[in-house]
Amino acid sequence: MIDKTRCSVQIAIVGGGIVGTSVARELSKYNLDVLLIEKEAEVGWGTTKANSGIVHGGFHEVPGTLKAKYCFPGNQMFPQLCEELDVSFKQNGILMVARNEEEMKTVEQYLERGLERGVNVRLLSREEVLKLEPHLEPSILGALYAPEGGSVMPFELAAALMENSIQNGVQLLTENPVTNAWVEGDQKVLETPAYIIKAQVVINAAGLFADDLARMFGDDYFTIRPRKGEEYLFDMTTKDLVKSTIFPVPSTKSKGILVIPTSEGNLMIGPTGDDVLEKEDLTTTTDGFSRILEGARSLVPSIDPRKIIAQFAGVRAASSRHDFIVEFSPNIPGLLHLAGIESPGLTAAPAIAADVVQMMKDAGIKMEPKIDFEPRRRKVIRFHRLSRKEQDQVIKENPAYGRVICRCETITEGEIIDAVRRGARTLDGVKFRVRAGAGRCQGGFCQPLVMEIISRELGIPFEQVTKRGTGSEQIRYAAKELLTREVEQ
Amino acid sequence: MKVLTADTAVIGGGPAGLAAALTAKKQGADKVLIIERNNELGGILQQCIHHGFGLHRFKQELSGPEYAQRFIDMVKKTDIEVLLETMVSELTPERKIYAVNSRNGMMEISAKAVVLAMGCRERTRGALRIPGTRPAGVFSAGTAQRFMNIDGYIPGKKAVILGSGDIGLIMARRFTLEGARVEAVVEVLPYAAGLTRNVVQCLEDFHIPLYLRSTVIEVHGEDRVEGVTIAEVDEAWNPIAGTERYIECDTLLLSVGLIPENELSTQAGVAVDPVTNGPIVNESLMTNIPGVFACGNVLHVHDLVDNVSKEAERAGRFAGRYALEQGEDWKKRVKVIAGENIRYVVPHEIGLDEPVEFFMRVQRPDENVVIDVGGLRSVRQRSIRPSEMLNITVTPEMLKNVTGDSITVQVVTLKEAEVRA
Ligand SMILES: Cc1cc2nc3c(=O)[nH]c(=O)nc-3n(C[C@H](O)[C@H](O)[C@H](O)COP(=O)(O)OP(=O)(O)OC[C@H]3O[C@@H](n4cnc5c(N)ncnc54)[C@H](O)[C@@H]3O)c2cc1C
Repeated sequence: MIDKTRCSVQIAIVGGGIVGTSVARELSKYNLDVLLIEKEAEVGWGTTKANSGIVHGGFHEVPGTLKAKYCFPGNQMFPQLCEELDVSFKQNGILMVARNEEEMKTVEQYLERGLERGVNVRLLSREEVLKLEPHLEPSILGALYAPEGGSVMPFELAAALMENSIQNGVQLLTENPVTNAWVEGDQKVLETPAYIIKAQVVINAAGLFADDLARMFGDDYFTIRPRKGEEYLFDMTTKDLVKSTIFPVPSTKSKGILVIPTSEGNLMIGPTGDDVLEKEDLTTTTDGFSRILEGARSLVPSIDPRKIIAQFAGVRAASSRHDFIVEFSPNIPGLLHLAGIESPGLTAAPAIAADVVQMMKDAGIKMEPKIDFEPRRRKVIRFHRLSRKEQDQVIKENPAYGRVICRCETITEGEIIDAVRRGARTLDGVKFRVRAGAGRCQGGFCQPLVMEIISRELGIPFEQVTKRGTGSEQIRYAAKELLTREVEQ
Repeated sequence: MKVLTADTAVIGGGPAGLAAALTAKKQGADKVLIIERNNELGGILQQCIHHGFGLHRFKQELSGPEYAQRFIDMVKKTDIEVLLETMVSELTPERKIYAVNSRNGMMEISAKAVVLAMGCRERTRGALRIPGTRPAGVFSAGTAQRFMNIDGYIPGKKAVILGSGDIGLIMARRFTLEGARVEAVVEVLPYAAGLTRNVVQCLEDFHIPLYLRSTVIEVHGEDRVEGVTIAEVDEAWNPIAGTERYIECDTLLLSVGLIPENELSTQAGVAVDPVTNGPIVNESLMTNIPGVFACGNVLHVHDLVDNVSKEAERAGRFAGRYALEQGEDWKKRVKVIAGENIRYVVPHEIGLDEPVEFFMRVQRPDENVVIDVGGLRSVRQRSIRPSEMLNITVTPEMLKNVTGDSITVQVVTLKEAEVRA
């Protein structure tokens, strides 16, 4: 048996999704010793990577639920958060569209719900809606409009939260799944393949696996059920089709199929909401696609599936309580569950994190503000968004910005190097941070070049560069290797 | 910002750009400029290390890099300027080009004539929406080709290839020669999409099975591809239940079509033909923007580089002429219509004073046919296939017979008696 490294921290966060990273950053404002443990090669690769990226308005949620408690306040925190962390965020507004009289009545109920909470919502007539969004189905009757709804790159946000947390002293351990956990006196112990970690408080932000982690402690009062959502992403040429995020009137089960302009402007359609057997069932399906296309076209008829460039699926962590679970375990002292954070978890995460601070204080943990907390991370240069003059200037300062690597999205070598220096370790890590390979050719041209840069920056061999961590190597053999093997055999 | 001028600026330094620049130069233009984003000229030919290039042009079987080198050498003998590792980010209708590189930063290049020669890209898995997981090990055939021939690595040792386009067929052979196994080539059409000679030399000679009317319906594997499910399809390309078959593999290559890269062109306002995905051009290969010409795979996807060079020389000649302000005095414009069993014809519009070379593809395979070019010229063909581009030249002499304002190009199937005669 290998000797595992032993260490001891005050607070261990298990799971580096949007919830875990938000909590890490919030806690980094205090003089605490915090470690975030993530099973994947980078943070943000669970449900956080694969969702609609909508910063919800806060008018959907049923009153009295934790979803309602955190969603609207979360929404209100986004502008400042994304400004501080220099993350792409656009308040493009949300429209919930009514296609018949009955739906119009429902829309009015949501209006009421929103207004009660103080959400900035109003009703728009058919003419007003079509003026705002001329490509919508012309037969609609009207819509609820929430101008403060927005769109964010969720992975970019999680990565930025982590980067800023590290800046402020949080430690990160990746590629270390917690495989066992137990209580030792007033300490909790977490075991990973390489470490044994003692912590005073464990924060369970393990997403889909939150119930599994709880069960490792012998805590089994809730379960997590996986519910899959497929999404289909379009080329940049769809940029001007709609500006706002378009919602239908929700069903009892889900918010329905949406038409979503990403924070970069290109469209995405989805998601489905299908109960699945496996927590890691990330397959896309023909059936899912046809339902999504039908739903999206009932809102925006001119959507052209030939412009789709990519698709993916994410899995929601639905709890047995049908709501978020944000509480100290009634069974294991010092174990804080942030579980069942399904939609609108991305929106709610900043508010949940703020509440965690309060809960820790209430639990008697000494929370001493860090006087030198730095809320900002170093600014990101996004070459394609600069004016020609600025581009010229940036290249003069650093010639690596003059070498365009990803031609479809105009991403430069300078940006890729910067992404790696900020923590990207893999092709997906680079793609989700700076969009190299996220465009219409899907990395066909730039993938070998990006691999070369990652290999150079990390000092690892070219063939060890992975798509998303060990086991996902793109390249398996050197030229002639298979032939020489054959000869040897 | 660095400000430059050129008589003819060629965007793209592949075979099309090289040939266009050379002929533009021959027209007497003072300053011809090639802008290329790679670190060398030659374009995609540099990774095509197999033989089969130049049969028509040089009556010799060259490799891709050899073919390219002949043109690169010719360019080097001239004073054509070359900007490497330089990316054009914008083209304006007034023929201003904005481009960046590490040495000069942002450049503004005013050109009297512009030749678009940016080539094409491969269709992706995402565009096809192949269901299943999204592991490592799924590549477009050209990307795999680059990994093998430029970087010196082999993606995997057991591959399935979806699509029987030429790059896929070439890669089937390349994998086999490297000691990897190609389990299957799977094609949705009832016939191979690539050239017949590639089907024979790359699949049949190596006993690699080709499954027609079939497709990949699911990708398996979490981190790395572990297998694919293939199935036969019906007329509407829907999988037929009961025909599914699992094939174990660690690599899936896609050779499912090429798309001309016209994002730069459309931004400038160049009108594009929805069938070719390339610009609409006249017989001088000029687009709807005066002084902007197009050739090679950015205009329409070719199967032989020899044809690309030929087409590019035409574009270069007229671009060079335009730069010297001699162009644009055609008397009559005639539209060219794709008729029976013709998928497309380039050029889309012609004048009547110059010889015109028509490039075209058919919709379906057929045998014993005549290609009728608007009643001006008929060419008999024993066999036609969508994969094999046809080219037919029409002389000004023949063009005298044009009466209306359009001509139709069509395939006429010969009756048995006519075939024998
Ligand atoms: C299709 C879809 C669309 C959605 N759209 C939206 C939307 O538009 N707006 C919105 O607000 N919300 C949306 N959501 C919900 C949102 O994505 C989630 O609420 C949010 O991402 C949950 O974050 P998380 O941190 O709890 O989980 P995750 O992101 O899954 O993070 C959990 C992390 O824990 C790690 N982990 C798990 N077990 C272990 C272990 N044993 N040891 C170490 N690490 C472990 C995982 O690797 C993972 O990184 C959507 C969800 C889906 C599926």
